[in-house]
Amino acid sequence: MRIAYYPGCSLKALAANFDRSARAAMGALGVELVELERWNCCGTVSSLTTDDLMRQLAPVRNLIRAQEAGERRLVTACAMCYNTLKRAALRVEAHPEELAKINAFLDEEPDYRGGVRVLHLLELLRDEVGFEAVAKRVVRPLEGLRVAPYYGCLLLRPRGVGLDDPENPSILEELVRALGAEPVDSPLKGQCCGSYHTVAHKEVVARRAHKILSEAASRGAEALISSCPLCSFNLDNRQRLIRELDGSFAPLPVLYFTELMALAFGLEEALSPEGHYVDPRPFLEERQLLRR
Amino acid sequence: MDKMGKIDLSAKELQEEVEALSGQRVFACYHCGKCTAGCPFASEMDLTPRQVLEYIMEGRVEVLNSRTIWLCAACFTCTVRCPNGIDIARVMEALRQILLRRGEDSLDLASLGEEELPQIALVAGARKLIG
Amino acid sequence: MKRDGEPRIGVYICHCGTNIAGVVDVKAVAEFAKGLPGVALAKDMMYACSEATQREIINDIQQERLDRVVVAACSPKMHEPTFRAALERAGLNKYLFEMANIREQDSWVHKDGGQATEKAKDLVRMAVARARLLIPYKESEIPVGERALVVGGGIAGIQAALDLADSGYKVFLVEKEPFIGGHMAQLDKTFPTLDCSTCILAPKMAEVGRHPNITLLTNAEVEAVSGFVGNFKVKVRQRARFVTPECTACGECVPVCPVAVPDEFNMGLGLRKAIYKSLPQAVPAEYAIDIENCLNKPNLLVCEKCLQACSPKAINFEQPPEKELDLEVDTVIIAIGADPYDPSKSQDYGYGKYENVITTIDFERLISPTGPTLGKILRPSDLGKPKRIAFIQCVGSRISNPELEGNPYCSGICCMVSIKQALLIKEKLPEAEITIYYIDIRAKGKGFEEMYRRARLAGIRFIKGLPAEVLENSDKSLTLVGENILLGELYEHRHDLVILSVGLEARKESEKVQKLFGLARSSDGFFAEKHPKLEPVDTATTGIFLAGAAESPKDIRESSIQAKAAASRAARLMKEGKIRIEALSAEVREELCAGCGICESVCPFNAIHVDGTSHVTEAACQGCGVCAASCPVGAIEMHHFTDAQVLAQVEAALADRPKEKIIVFTCNWCSYAGADMAGTSRLEYDPRVRLIRLMCSGRLNPQFALRAFELGAAGVLITGCHPGECHYQSGNLRALSRYELLKRLLRSLGLQEERLALEWVSAAEGERFAQVVNAFAGRLERLGVLTKAKGEEPALTTAEAGRREG
Ligand SMILES: Cc1cc2nc3c(=O)[nH]c(=O)nc-3n(C[C@H](O)[C@H](O)[C@H](O)COP(=O)(O)OP(=O)(O)OC[C@H]3O[C@@H](n4cnc5c(N)ncnc54)[C@H](O)[C@@H]3O)c2cc1C
Ligand code: SF4
Ligand code: SF4
Ligand code: SF4
Ligand code: SF4
Repeated sequence: MRIAYYPGCSLKALAANFDRSARAAMGALGVELVELERWNCCGTVSSLTTDDLMRQLAPVRNLIRAQEAGERRLVTACAMCYNTLKRAALRVEAHPEELAKINAFLDEEPDYRGGVRVLHLLELLRDEVGFEAVAKRVVRPLEGLRVAPYYGCLLLRPRGVGLDDPENPSILEELVRALGAEPVDSPLKGQCCGSYHTVAHKEVVARRAHKILSEAASRGAEALISSCPLCSFNLDNRQRLIRELDGSFAPLPVLYFTELMALAFGLEEALSPEGHYVDPRPFLEERQLLRR
Repeated sequence: MDKMGKIDLSAKELQEEVEALSGQRVFACYHCGKCTAGCPFASEMDLTPRQVLEYIMEGRVEVLNSRTIWLCAACFTCTVRCPNGIDIARVMEALRQILLRRGEDSLDLASLGEEELPQIALVAGARKLIG
Repeated sequence: MKRDGEPRIGVYICHCGTNIAGVVDVKAVAEFAKGLPGVALAKDMMYACSEATQREIINDIQQERLDRVVVAACSPKMHEPTFRAALERAGLNKYLFEMANIREQDSWVHKDGGQATEKAKDLVRMAVARARLLIPYKESEIPVGERALVVGGGIAGIQAALDLADSGYKVFLVEKEPFIGGHMAQLDKTFPTLDCSTCILAPKMAEVGRHPNITLLTNAEVEAVSGFVGNFKVKVRQRARFVTPECTACGECVPVCPVAVPDEFNMGLGLRKAIYKSLPQAVPAEYAIDIENCLNKPNLLVCEKCLQACSPKAINFEQPPEKELDLEVDTVIIAIGADPYDPSKSQDYGYGKYENVITTIDFERLISPTGPTLGKILRPSDLGKPKRIAFIQCVGSRISNPELEGNPYCSGICCMVSIKQALLIKEKLPEAEITIYYIDIRAKGKGFEEMYRRARLAGIRFIKGLPAEVLENSDKSLTLVGENILLGELYEHRHDLVILSVGLEARKESEKVQKLFGLARSSDGFFAEKHPKLEPVDTATTGIFLAGAAESPKDIRESSIQAKAAASRAARLMKEGKIRIEALSAEVREELCAGCGICESVCPFNAIHVDGTSHVTEAACQGCGVCAASCPVGAIEMHHFTDAQVLAQVEAALADRPKEKIIVFTCNWCSYAGADMAGTSRLEYDPRVRLIRLMCSGRLNPQFALRAFELGAAGVLITGCHPGECHYQSGNLRALSRYELLKRLLRSLGLQEERLALEWVSAAEGERFAQVVNAFAGRLERLGVLTKAKGEEPALTTAEAGRREG
């Protein structure tokens, strides 16, 4: 299967390991992620005022790119891009009059005609590839590995945009199980990591991350998986600050879900130390899930 | 929190502008407290999200001075739970926008350190905190 | 009726003190009326409803040989019955009376005396035009016997059945479960007096079991209903019990039964056998076999352990699994109760996921001496004694966000349920810390506030502010995080047991029962009463009444009150032995009927059937007129709302300057009353509207609207009840589809479809009525089809009008 892929800015820089592992893991499942040509930043964080049509230009432009390429679907790995693109797509679908205005404004572009579906990799795995096929592809079952799924906000909320039940999601758990590992349920798995406050309120984010990580660890998690470069940054890199605030805090590796897949698929090369503050490899080696 | 309004708005103007920008009926709030209860930042805030609603209903313009509106990260936890269907994240955004559109930014980009941050963090921060 | 030439109509215009005359030039209207065809005399009167005027009208009818009467005064909702009675006193058929509403729908809503007077003239012209075509009807009488059906054997059904049976009527009580008692049988003690539920219920149940006038049918459900008051034919399907009345309730069979399944009566908290009883005091006293779970499967597997153990030989596996009974009854009481809200539908509080999160109804069983723990309060996860117990209020109630599970209304009982349960815990576990998290405490009822105060004084902690979710800790305790609203501070509390105070919602079976009996439900899913204030136990269908939580969430006392009221309403019909049916029914002109069957398919009350030609069962017909409007050949005539009568009103309304007029069709129950409400609230709206009342918006024959456009009306507005609130169940939805059809027709005729509109207005929405009318008038002006009223006289002040009148 070939599918149009929107990597987004972060996956081209700080979260290159997310991009790399996503391509490798999906490739192993026979899904080729074809990068959209000339994509631009999705705009991040949906604007929320009633008069924010201008803010929809960036995401709609990407939908136009997909349309140009003759694609009906556009898949993302980054939860933030997913949320922003999907909200825009749903909105113009529901409000043709707004779409007309956007089209008129983007006069250098061909008109967007609607109909491009924005998908997250996880949805593709659940609804098309199927977790059974994922399980079949596993060469190194992650037996005994206790992994806490972390959803954060943007995979789940608001309702209608999220890809699972916002109060009781299960898609990451199913993936973890398919890979042979054991999901650890934490009540904070859908709570916000602090998001962009990492820019100006580092301590706020550190306190959030501390709570989320400790809760998972107290329930026996050995690692946490995420689907968003910003969540990963906050939960992983901010551990430095957490250690300053709480000397007893034990580091917890944070992986992208695609890295966990790559590991179970035996694609070790996709799992590199870059992109991680807490290097997951020593721990995985110790658990004999990674060759030394 | 400063009692003096940063900007000159009457109670009615505040209410109307919030409702217009957010598209939400803030007066439907009956104070169940669920928004605060689920808000991951509530402990960092000077006003709880529910109090923000009450301040608007009472036309208290000093709500614009509160730390809360900048601490809200639009995580939508409150939004998906409000029994009265108030999208509180949008109400918070409206309050931020009332300030941002009058040039009251909350982030000084120059003050940021050297740290390498994810691109989406920078763009998102700029979008939410700078007019 | 034979008519010798022109009718002789008497027209009376009322001043209503200055209520009407302060704005409308009453004398001018009376003068105008004199010139209308068929009018024999026209007068203005100070108070038309006074006894003196009534006598004058009676006198006129007799002296002046009047054969029709029109009164232009207040709303017919107010005084139509008064004037109809006067006609009858004068020996004139009451259907020969017509009213023009020049108060609620004219003088109270328009300030401009000139325009109001013009409108009053039109309204009188319309009333006279209609009066000319009025036909006298005889109201038929149908016999009503002495047999009642009660559906549902909860406390409401029990109370109603006993009252009727004690008054000498035969009662069939149909209960779907094998035992009666409903939710009350599950309760431990009851608020506000804390008396033991079984202690007060068991004697009532026993009385039902032995009452000679009550036939108790358990394990039974109604499958089909036809007929009407005095003649309901009801098919009941009864599942076998496999235990005969020989059973002495010794219970020998129970220990030998090898099956154990979750006990639904105990909310799944305990187990029961396949042969079982809900309570020791259960009625009927015989055990029942749950055949689904019983191992004995004839010809496949033989268990029969119970059969061997039973000394009185009361077990009979030969019973046919089901039987059908055909009942004939005269009146029906619906008492199917309500379901407690199931919080596993919304995942936020972890019900069904966390063992120590239970509901108040689960807790009733937990604390009951007949429950799974024999009344010990134990924490489900480890059967330990809970020390810190929390109640969360409003679970599933007061949720108006359509994206969330739950109901918008306050269930009314759950505050008191938690307060009661908290006090009961205090009695049994005095050291327990109990917290009730609430939004508002609703303790309206006799003795309720006192009980609330007692709970506060007993040290129960009330925290205003609900948690958003329940977090489970590794020791299975639960953490609640929220805002203590009165302090404006956050709390984070651990509890051993969290009890969700669930509301009540309409039974899952409600839809089926609604369809079977042809009833209506309000938007909250509960059965709709005929009038929320004045007819709170009647339904729109004569002879069917409501009792208990089936009609809205209620406590036991209110359920009893309504049950007793329903019983006396039913008894009133049965005692009389006959009932007069308003003559508003449909009548088929068989010579025109093509036998197409459309009318049968649209009638919401199964009142019409077609075999070759169409026949109406007059007693079942409620007079909505949906059939008449649907009949493609116009073979159905609606008594008192004939096509000719309605068309005459349309024509009269548009006789003069039609381009300045908007025709508004209203239904009798919602939108006409809504327009009256606008009047009562003195809300001004555009004076260019002319209202025509139909019984139901579904009566609207597309011809009525087309005729209006043909005569040059600027626009036509159709109004009716909100979807789900139609007095005739679904007539308004017929109006909606006809509206779509009419729009297409207008387009094909080259008319702007925007000249037609459809709006829902409830009886309470006076403000909405005014808004809807103004918005529509605005739209027509923008379209350029509605012209300004000409000849606007300078507006009269009330004082001036008073002077003119004097
Ligand atoms: C947790 C809890 C605690 C409560 N505590 C109190 C209290 O302390 N004091 C108080 O005053 N009130 C209390 N109530 C309220 C009380 O339970 C109700 O007022 C009462 O049960 C209503 O009686 P009902 O007969 O209308 O309905 P129900 O009790 O619901 O009975 C209806 C009956 O109809 C039967 N039925 C349903 N559908 C059909 C069908 N299609 N055909 C035939 N039969 C059918 C059902 O099986 C049931 O037997 C409490 C309620 C709850 C949930
Ligand atoms: S959740 Fe909604 S109703 Fe409840 S306090 Fe917050 S805004 Fe008000
Ligand atoms: S959207 Fe804002 S106010 Fe609402 S829960 Fe999230 S951070 Fe709190
Ligand atoms: S009775 Fe109390 S708990 Fe129940 S819905 Fe009403 S306010 Fe909420
Ligand atoms: S008027 Fe209404 S109730 Fe009567 S037969 Fe026609 S559709 Fe049925």
